Amino acid sequence: MSRLAQVFTRLRASHKTALVAFVAAGDPDLATTAEEVGALSRGGADILELGVPFSDPVADGPVNQRAYQRALARGVTLGDVLDLAGRVRSAVPMVLLSYYNPVLQYGLQRFCVESARSGVDGLVVPDLPPDEADDLITSARPAGLDTIFLLAPTSTDARIRLAAARSTGFIYCVSVTGVTGVRDRVPEELHGLVRRIKTQSPLPVCVGFGVSTPQQARQIAGVADGVIVGSALVSLAEEPQDRIARLEQFVRDLREALDALPAREA
Amino acid sequence: MGSVASGRFGKYGGRFVPETLIPALDQLEQEYTRCKDDPQFQEELARYLRSYCGRPTPLYFAQRLTEHLGGGRIYLKREDLLHTGAHKINNTMGQVLLAVRMGKRRIIAETGAGQHGVATATAAAMFGLECDVYMGSEDMARQELNVFRMRLLGARVLAVDAGSRTLKDAINEALRDWVTNVRTTFYVIGSVVGPHPYPSMVRDFQSVIGQEARAQIREQTGRLPDYLVACVGGGSNAMGLFHPFFDDRDVRMVGVEAGGMGLAAGQHAATLVAGTPGVLHGAFSYLLQDDAGQVRPTHSVSAGLDYPGVGPEHSYFKDTGRAAYVAVSDHEALEGFHLLAQTEGIIPALEPAHAIAYLKTLAPTLDRNRIVVVGLSGRGDKDVQHVSKIEGS
Repeated sequence: MSRLAQVFTRLRASHKTALVAFVAAGDPDLATTAEEVGALSRGGADILELGVPFSDPVADGPVNQRAYQRALARGVTLGDVLDLAGRVRSAVPMVLLSYYNPVLQYGLQRFCVESARSGVDGLVVPDLPPDEADDLITSARPAGLDTIFLLAPTSTDARIRLAAARSTGFIYCVSVTGVTGVRDRVPEELHGLVRRIKTQSPLPVCVGFGVSTPQQARQIAGVADGVIVGSALVSLAEEPQDRIARLEQFVRDLREALDALPAREA
Repeated sequence: MGSVASGRFGKYGGRFVPETLIPALDQLEQEYTRCKDDPQFQEELARYLRSYCGRPTPLYFAQRLTEHLGGGRIYLKREDLLHTGAHKINNTMGQVLLAVRMGKRRIIAETGAGQHGVATATAAAMFGLECDVYMGSEDMARQELNVFRMRLLGARVLAVDAGSRTLKDAINEALRDWVTNVRTTFYVIGSVVGPHPYPSMVRDFQSVIGQEARAQIREQTGRLPDYLVACVGGGSNAMGLFHPFFDDRDVRMVGVEAGGMGLAAGQHAATLVAGTPGVLHGAFSYLLQDDAGQVRPTHSVSAGLDYPGVGPEHSYFKDTGRAAYVAVSDHEALEGFHLLAQTEGIIPALEPAHAIAYLKTLAPTLDRNRIVVVGLSGRGDKDVQHVSKIEGS
């Protein structure tokens, strides 16, 4: 069983919800990212998600765009992020989020082999729908990497079946039609979407895009197996003062909000 | 599923976009496939192109330019005479008609030089649709006149300050808008780029250029041309001219890219000449990128060619040798701009001025009975101020 699968098995047994915490790698530099990863783990994240900077992140809102630009201004590459992953690896599983072109230029096989060697457990490629992912999957499977595909409110049942068939580890459910970013509320249609996914697949479903507060995280925990928090953490880190301590505290608040839930139905 | 395989040109093309958009692309493909084979749709489009846009455009024998260059006979396909001043309207009329059929009330578009933005705003105004156009703030400064024209036509022009503030970033922002408003909004892409079915659909709408040119040159000279020459940014006017000649194996095709300040200096937009395959804006195609797969900043005197990607079908044409691709510099393009103005009384846009500039290399090598058809994709009114600024006159 992969380390990601183990996380969900363990959490399910204790009726808890997974907290997936995202950082943009190399923003503002790789040393800071390493410290942030430590803070996210201490705060209680179950899975860490490292974002690889890209020049044209079409699925991202302004917060993550700015973070990637700061990292690129320092010349951070996919190779640097893999090195970083190797340095910060721990008992907490790690997922890499990268747009497709940096991965493609690195070489799919080389990327998968080196990711696994660096302790990366799974891959999320937001501009690679499962239809186009044969080559990546072919390289990822032998390396033991989970491939996590995304589903959205617009996904049809046929799309859900396809993404479910090609995903391992968990399914990434996009909460809204839109890009990443901080939002005020959890969309009402989310419940129905997660339920539709659940009827098609036994895989854990984690919800991301726009999850910004402990309260929202708790709402989502009522329906999903995991909550992915990204832009809210990145925007917290935009303010350098006490960055690490504030990040850790925020993750702790999210953790407490999730754990305060009454036991979930299976 | 299954639809993707048809969106390939050899290994190029595909659909590399966020999942949210895939169902919309499937829907668009279905609707477009229906319209393509629907005589009523085609007749309606042809009627608008004829009575509203000014088709067919003339194929004009450029006698003085031919004499000046002293070689092959040069014919200009006069897309510059179309309503709104460029070939872009061929495509926007088609896509906006499709949007109307699909019941979408809001249109978005990206624009570089502003010609596609103006053509989209025009079609949207004519059909009474809401229209938002994304434009890099750098391009807005270079093409003030077109910004004003779009606003006159009732469109909102949304400045994009991210990245290089040019066409690439305008497309990113339009894609983000579409991801957000996909249920109500139709994205009118302006070139043969983007995820399937856009490259095929835009090519089909622009193929009217080549279809007319093919019939016109036979009527005027009794035979097919030896060369087709057109500028390539994303590549829509070139593909529109080239594609109907695809099976005419003796017709050579040359796409002319923006060499900017020179290929050696790295400040250019010559994607096919100097790029490598990669994924940008939903398609696998040639791309200007660094070793780490980050998209490189580009430069061209012409905003419409200032783009690091190119249509996937052009990548296929390059690899298979069906078309050749060359680059001419900013300086040469400006010479082409003046040359056409002075020999023929036609001020070209800076984009096709690149194609004109290449004639200085090509035409003198050709026999006097050889025929070259050049895609004159747009007129230069929008560039007059910019050129005057550059040349300090």
